[in-house]
Amino acid sequence: MQKTIIEVSHLKMNYYIGEVTVHALRGVNLAIGEGEFIAIMGTSGSGKSTMLNILGCLDKPTSGNYALDGIDVGNLNKNELATIRNEKLGFVFQSYNLLTRTTALENVELPLMYNRKIKSKDRKEMAIEALRSVGLLDRMHHMPNQLSGGQQQRVAIARSLVNDPLVILADEATGNLDTRTSYEIMALFQELNEKGKTIVFVTHEPDIARFTKRSVIFRDGQIQKNQEISDRFNAQEMLANLPVEEDFE
Amino acid sequence: MRFSNLIKIALSALLRNKTRSILTMLGIIIGVASVIALLSIGEGSKRSIQNQVSSMGSNMVFVTPQSQVKGGVQMGFSNVQTLTLKDVAAIEANCPSISMVSPEVRGSGQVVYNKNNWPTSIYGCNDKYLAIKKYEVEKGRVFNEREITASAKVCLVGQTVIENLFGKNADPVGQSIRYKSIPFKIIGTIKSKGENTFGQDQDDLILAPYTTVQKRILAITHVQSINASAASEALSQQAVEEITKTLRTQHKLKDSEENDFEVRSQEELVKTFSTISNVLTILLGAIAGISLIVGGIGIMNIMYVSVTERTREIGLRLAVGGKGADILKQFLVESILLSILGGVIGILFGVLIAKIAATLMGWETGIMIQSILLAFTVCTVIGVFFGWYPARKAANLDPIDALRYE
Repeated sequence: MQKTIIEVSHLKMNYYIGEVTVHALRGVNLAIGEGEFIAIMGTSGSGKSTMLNILGCLDKPTSGNYALDGIDVGNLNKNELATIRNEKLGFVFQSYNLLTRTTALENVELPLMYNRKIKSKDRKEMAIEALRSVGLLDRMHHMPNQLSGGQQQRVAIARSLVNDPLVILADEATGNLDTRTSYEIMALFQELNEKGKTIVFVTHEPDIARFTKRSVIFRDGQIQKNQEISDRFNAQEMLANLPVEEDFE
Repeated sequence: MRFSNLIKIALSALLRNKTRSILTMLGIIIGVASVIALLSIGEGSKRSIQNQVSSMGSNMVFVTPQSQVKGGVQMGFSNVQTLTLKDVAAIEANCPSISMVSPEVRGSGQVVYNKNNWPTSIYGCNDKYLAIKKYEVEKGRVFNEREITASAKVCLVGQTVIENLFGKNADPVGQSIRYKSIPFKIIGTIKSKGENTFGQDQDDLILAPYTTVQKRILAITHVQSINASAASEALSQQAVEEITKTLRTQHKLKDSEENDFEVRSQEELVKTFSTISNVLTILLGAIAGISLIVGGIGIMNIMYVSVTERTREIGLRLAVGGKGADILKQFLVESILLSILGGVIGILFGVLIAKIAATLMGWETGIMIQSILLAFTVCTVIGVFFGWYPARKAANLDPIDALRYE
């Protein structure tokens, strides 16, 4: 059995909106091992986004335990959480969230800027390396508005990779992309996973989930299903099989 | 986050919105420029007034008669005849801080030379008067002791008088002029001193021995005022005290009685003028300072807009590991940069305006390095003060909300 890097137990999350209490999570137990590729699925309001926020150390649960890489995250203060996010996590968002009028390279460098341990001359090399791994080396001096949606998301992935995180957390990372580009992005994630990266991928599309190794389905703040994907898609093959007419002449 | 990175981020953020940054800075630029310009103009005018006052004489101390209350009746100035030649002698004898002393009597009337005549003042004084009043002899000589004792009909004339009686550049030494039908022989001319602070022509005068003016023109025995010179500037206050003491003794005043004369020093006069112009300078500076505060509020406003606009950026920075303090610093550096940049440009403009104003008004420029330093410091403080709340708002954002902000 591979090393467990995320362990969540009896996780509960309540929001108080006026007089109403919303139970976003009602006791979730989940363990994620190293090298896994997990899809967190569910309809809107199922609690999957709340789960991602907690996994991403952006939010603290009302009760329950969360251990990331053996660290009890529940006891950390705001600044310690920021350091954890900086050193152990990588984020990919649906809307890319790149800094406008800032080159791809500088966007990728961003997380390293907040890490005092990294010298400024290493920073650039690390960012170039990350861009190379997503195949955008030739675009490193381009601004986000000079890149296509798929390329912007690749820059965002490079940014999530640059600090060599334990886990990459992707939130609907293909949500804004067309089918072909989605497959390309999934191919990149599969490639990264094969190299050993742990990926947690939140999506509501069952098709996209089939590129992952295991799907965890949320419903009403609880895990409804947690199963291996038996008939897994290979993104490269899917891309090859896509009808050609999608490319407009 | 390293400081150099902060500067870099702030600069690129400001460059991203060039027009907005410049307009925001404009508030600070105008504020600083007007503070610098007005303080400099105020300081320049103060200095020029001081220079003019000090050119009136060297460490001068003047004694004038004070109107007295006699039997309940307030006496007018013209009736006051409390100062005498004995007082002058007493001051000379008893006041060690005084280096020179001269009596002064004044008369005014037409002075005539051939067909020309001119209204002017004749001052009766002794030979030290020129040195006390910082007048210099241009041609000829000053009257001597013998001429004073003999009430000789000799005089020195100022440039305005020469111009009007003899024409420009004429040499009147040796000529004779009539003043109230008394002929005076011109034995010297006085170098031009120009107008004084009050626009009074200091060259429109005739100097004659005080004995001559007293006896032959005014027919009086008292003197109208006493001009003296303290040995040094530092001694002028002491000189005032010595003269006061001497004259009280001389006039046999009881302790209960008020002075029947007034002693003032040039230093006091300078101080009085300085106080007036200081008040003016402060007033002008304060008005300009208000525009600086308005400029600061402009910065605050724009920083709030900037924080709101960049909410998602802030969310992202927080998500990838930026701490609240990092975000705070980032926005603070931005607002400080904005205000300092505006401040530097404002200082340049202010100095320029002050120079131009000084040239136009013929003043010397009083640009003080202190006011520039002050403006710079104030700008930094404004940057911190008005940048603090927007920056804190940014730092306290919740990363989840910020990332979802539309």
